[in-house]
Amino acid sequence: MSQVISFHYDVPGDDFTRAGEASSSIKKVLKQVGLAPDIIRNVAIAMYEGEINMVIHAGGGQIDVDIAPDEIRMVLKDQGPGIKDISLAMQEGWSTAPDEVRSLGFGAGMGLPNMKKYTDEMDIESAVGVGTTVTMTVFAHPREEAAS
Amino acid sequence: MTIQDIKDILGAKILWAGEGMLSHEVHTACGSDMMSDVLAFVKDQAVLLTGLVNPQVIRTAEMMDIVCIVFVRGKTPDPSMIALAEERGIALLSCDHRMFTACGLLYENGLRGGCQLK
Repeated sequence: MSQVISFHYDVPGDDFTRAGEASSSIKKVLKQVGLAPDIIRNVAIAMYEGEINMVIHAGGGQIDVDIAPDEIRMVLKDQGPGIKDISLAMQEGWSTAPDEVRSLGFGAGMGLPNMKKYTDEMDIESAVGVGTTVTMTVFAHPREEAAS
Repeated sequence: MTIQDIKDILGAKILWAGEGMLSHEVHTACGSDMMSDVLAFVKDQAVLLTGLVNPQVIRTAEMMDIVCIVFVRGKTPDPSMIALAEERGIALLSCDHRMFTACGLLYENGLRGGCQLK
């Protein structure tokens, strides 16, 4: 694989049961590309948490994924309510999700921390009332190897 | 421990398992109804015990490469969830034990959590 392969997904915001379909699709593609299982898992978990967040908090959104030989870059963009205090939202256990979302198994305040944990780079741009864009990158090689 | 061992120890019903899957080795386990807590710690060849029944349980297992899900407290997923698990090759079991007892029985028989306390 020498070039960048790009994928675009529109994530519907009204159907919780379908949340995760985009992440599932990318996981299949990465397996076909032949990346290491731990790299595939890191991308899948981070994107899945982001996709769930989009459905829970923002009424859906758009995800663009670029798969390059050396890195996988995910851009998750929504037109939801935005994040008032990003540093607070990054704290484990802090959540604004309603009880209804907790009864579905999410909203424990682990989404953004998990996304940071499984990616090599993560950037959040958010404006209240406008929306949120999360950009995450996973290096295709383990960090130690990439540095040497 | 194999998936067959888990079935026997918990007296569980098999809701779906692919051919030969009962002899698959399971090395670690986690028990939770909160999927983000499950997603926080990667485990090797894991089984997930949960009382939560919705398609995101299957999705979470898929993302984590979890090989088997045990529904506790007699919970049973609907046919669409079973179909999703089949598509992803994830074995599904259901037992009547409560979460604490199910986890305790598997622990007592040698299965561990796979995560070290810092």
